[in-house]
Amino acid sequence: MSVTAESLPLKRRAAAPPIRRWALLPLLLLVGLPLVMLALAWLEPQTETWEHLRTWLLPRLIGHTLLMLLIVGLGVALIGIGMAWLSACCEYPGRRWLDPLLVLPLAFPTYVLAFIYLGVFDFSGPLQSAWRAAFDTSPSFLEALSRPGGVLLVMVLAFYPYVYLLARASFATGGLAAFEAGRSLGVGPLETFWRVALPIARPAIVAGLALALMETLADFGAVSIYGYDTFTTAIYRTWFGLFNLPAAVQLASILMLFVFVLLMAERFNRDSRPRQTEKRPSGHRIQLTGLPAMLATGSQLVLLSVAVLVPLIQLLVWAWPGLSELFTGHMLRVILNTMVLGLVGALAVVFGGILLLLGTHRASRRSVILGELAALGYAIPGTVLAVAIMLAFIRFDQWAGTALAGGLLALILAYLIRFVRVAWGPLEAVAARIRPEYLEVARSLGVGKWQRQLRVNLPLLWPGLVTAFLLALVEIAKEMPATLMLRPFGWDTLAIRIYELTAEGQWQLAAGPSLVLVILGAIPVVLLIRRASLVR
Amino acid sequence: MKVWISLFAALMLTACGQQPESESTTSTDAPPTASETAGEVDRLVVYSSRQPHLIEPLFQRYTAETGIEIDFTNDNEASLIERLAAEGENTPADVLVTVDAGNLWHAADRGLLRSIDSPALEASIPAALQDDRNRWFALSLRARTMVYHPERVAIDELSTYEDLADPRWQGRLCLRTSRKVYNQSLVAMLIEHHGEQRAEEIVAGWVANLATNPFSSDTQLIEAIAAGQCDVGIVNSYYLGRLQADNPDYPVQLFWANQGTTGVHVNVSGAGVTLHAPHPEQAQALIEWLASEAAQAEFAERNLEFPANPAVEARGLVRAWGEFRQDETPLTVAGQRQAQAVRLMDRVGYR
Repeated sequence: MSVTAESLPLKRRAAAPPIRRWALLPLLLLVGLPLVMLALAWLEPQTETWEHLRTWLLPRLIGHTLLMLLIVGLGVALIGIGMAWLSACCEYPGRRWLDPLLVLPLAFPTYVLAFIYLGVFDFSGPLQSAWRAAFDTSPSFLEALSRPGGVLLVMVLAFYPYVYLLARASFATGGLAAFEAGRSLGVGPLETFWRVALPIARPAIVAGLALALMETLADFGAVSIYGYDTFTTAIYRTWFGLFNLPAAVQLASILMLFVFVLLMAERFNRDSRPRQTEKRPSGHRIQLTGLPAMLATGSQLVLLSVAVLVPLIQLLVWAWPGLSELFTGHMLRVILNTMVLGLVGALAVVFGGILLLLGTHRASRRSVILGELAALGYAIPGTVLAVAIMLAFIRFDQWAGTALAGGLLALILAYLIRFVRVAWGPLEAVAARIRPEYLEVARSLGVGKWQRQLRVNLPLLWPGLVTAFLLALVEIAKEMPATLMLRPFGWDTLAIRIYELTAEGQWQLAAGPSLVLVILGAIPVVLLIRRASLVR
Repeated sequence: MKVWISLFAALMLTACGQQPESESTTSTDAPPTASETAGEVDRLVVYSSRQPHLIEPLFQRYTAETGIEIDFTNDNEASLIERLAAEGENTPADVLVTVDAGNLWHAADRGLLRSIDSPALEASIPAALQDDRNRWFALSLRARTMVYHPERVAIDELSTYEDLADPRWQGRLCLRTSRKVYNQSLVAMLIEHHGEQRAEEIVAGWVANLATNPFSSDTQLIEAIAAGQCDVGIVNSYYLGRLQADNPDYPVQLFWANQGTTGVHVNVSGAGVTLHAPHPEQAQALIEWLASEAAQAEFAERNLEFPANPAVEARGLVRAWGEFRQDETPLTVAGQRQAQAVRLMDRVGYR
C-alpha cells in the first residue's frame, strides 16, 4: 500500500513557485467576463416573474431535475464503473474489440441520440407500430421508453462514457496491482474491489460522474425533444416565452451556485493522499472463464448494441436517400470547419486545463475554490452561457475599441470557458497519482528544473493530456449554442447544420449531417482511447 | 493566398465592368437605389431566424440581380434580438428576418427596428400584416389550423379551436408543446377574443382532452395522428404540406378552423430594417424586393406557406387546400399578449 506523504521526511508543502500562483489569473479573467455578465442580472429584480415561477413551475421542475440526477447518476456510475473494471482488469473473449467501441456514444450529441431514440421508441415509431400490428396493444415497457421518461435512458447511454473513460484509466494504472495485493492477503475478490480498487479510482470516477451530471443538468436539447421539464426548460421558457432574459439568467446562476456547492462539498471531502502509480499496468488481468466470461462479453455486447448500433442503424436508414448528396462542396466546407474549430479549440482547452492544474494542484483551499470557479462554464446551460459570452465580448469591444465579438477568437475562447473542466478532470485524476518524491529524486540526481518537468511529469501526465484533448475535441465538435451565436459568417459546422434542420423537427433530414458528425467524432475516440489507455 | 488575389482581381474587374451596364438596364423589380450606389455598397448583413434553406436561394437571386452580396447569420430569434440590443450602434446588421409576429413585435418593442416609409411595401403588404409604425412587414403567411384523421373523425364534428375543449374530445386531442411560440401566439389571440378567464377555461379544456404529452414538433404530432395515438390536433398547415408532398395519400387531412366565427389563426414570417443599419436604404430595398411579386411566390412556396402579398397567388398543394377566411386581428396582439399567454398556459398545466 502507499506510504502516506506525511511520513516522508520531505518538505512537501513548500510555497508554490510564482508561475503556479499566477496560473489561474488569465483563466479567471476570461471566465470572469461572462460570469460577471450573469451576476449583473441580479441588479434587475424580477419579482413578478419570480412569483409566477415559484407558484407554477419550480416545485415540479426541481423534483423532475432531482429525479433525473439520481437516475442518470446511478445509471452512469453502474455502467461506467462496471464496464471500466472489465475492460481494464479482466480478460474475456472479444475484449480488445469491445473496449474502444464502448466509448463511442461520446461521439453522439445528446440531442441527436434523443431524436433517434424517440424515432425508434415512440408510439408512431417502428417498434410500437410493429407491436400493435401483431398484438393490437401497446406494451408498457415500450411506452416507458417513449416520452417523457425515455430521456433518462438517453442520458445514461450518452454520458456513461465519461465515467468509463476516466475510471478505466485509473483501474489500468493502479487498480490491478492493488487488487492483486489485496487478493494475496486472502481477501475475497468483491471485498478487495470494494475496499481497494474502487477507492484508488475514486477521484477519476468522481471526475467522470461530475462531468456526466453537469451535462445532465445543463442539457436542453434532449429534454425538450422528450418534453421532460427540468430546471433548464424553465430557464428557456423564461427567456423565450416570457422574454425575460434577466430572470432566466438569475435562474441559471442559481443552478450554477447549486453545482458549485456540490463540487466544493465533494472536493473537500476527498481523500487527498497520493496513490501509488504505475506507468505500465502491472499484474495480470483476471482471466474470466465459463459463465463470468460469457456474462462479461454478453453485457458489453448488449450495451454496445443499444448505445451505438441501434442509433447508428437508424441514422443510416434515415440518411440513406440523401447519402449521395452528403459530400458535395458545401458539406465538405462544413466538415473542414468542424475539424479546424475542434482541433484549435481542443488545444486551447487542454492549455487551459494545464493552467488549472498548475494553479490548483496541492495548492491552498482558496486556489482550489478559484479553480472551481474558473471551470464553472460547464455547468451553465449552453445557450445562457453563450449569450453571456456574446454580451461580454460586445461590451469588451465597446470598451476597448476592438472587434472580437464577430471573430474566431471569441468562439475559441467560448470553447475554453465552456469546456476547460473537461480537460481538468482527467489531468487531475492523473496528477493525483504523481508522488512529489519523484521530483525530489530527480532533483537529487541533479536534473534541472525544466528537464524534471519534461522527463518526469510530462510522461506521467501524458495519458491525462491525451484523454483531455480527446474529450475536448469531441465536445467541441458537438457543441451547438455557442457556435451558433458566435461563429463568424461562413463558419457553419456540422452541429449548426443539424440545428438548422432539427429546429423545426425535420429529424430525418438531419440524419445525414448527424451521421457525418458521429463518424468524425468516432475516429479520435477510437484512436485516442487506444493511445491513452496504455493497455495493449 | 494567390487564389484570393486572383479572386479579388476578378471581382474588381466584374464590379467595374458592370457599372456602366447597370445604369443602362432598368429592371422593373431592381431596387431603385442599387444603381446609384453600386460603387459604395456591395454587401448587406442579415440576421435571420428563418431556416437557411428556405431563404438562401432568394438571397442568391437578389445577388444575381443587383450585385449586392448578402451575409446572413442564422440563429434563434431570442438570441438575435439580444445580440442586436447589445451591439447597439455598432451592429453590422442591416435587416432582421424572423418567424412569428410575437418575435417581430418584441424586436420592435425593444426599439431595435426603424420605421420605414415605403410606398412599395404599403402597396404589397396589407395593413394587418405589418407593424402599426412600419417597423416590420410580413413576408409570408402561415395558417395554424386543425388536422384530423378522416377514418376516426367525421368532418361535421369539427368546428373551432374553442370546441376542442369540449369533453367529447377527451383522449383524442394532440398538441405541440406550449414552449413553441406558435402556440403562444394562438393562445394570445384566444385571450384577445374571449378575455383571459374564458381563454383559460378553453386551454384547460384542451389539456384535459390530451391523448398524450405535448409533442416537441408539429411533424411528430401529425405522425401521431396518422399512427392512431390521437384523432385531431392543431398545427401549421405547411407541416402537413411537407408530409403530403412526400406522400399524396397521407392519412391526415386539413380542416380550416373557425370559418363561422373568428377565422383561421394566421401568423407570419417577416422582416424589418434595424435601427442602426449601416445601409438603411439598401436594407429597405431588399425587403421591398422580398415583398414584391417577383420574390413572393418563391418565398412562400419554398416552405408551402401563403404569400403575404395578396397580388400573388398561392401555388400547388397549398392552393388545393382551398380558400379560407383568416382572423383579421392585428398581429401585434400576439406580441403584446405573449407573456400573458405563457403564464396562462403554465397555470393550467399546458407543458
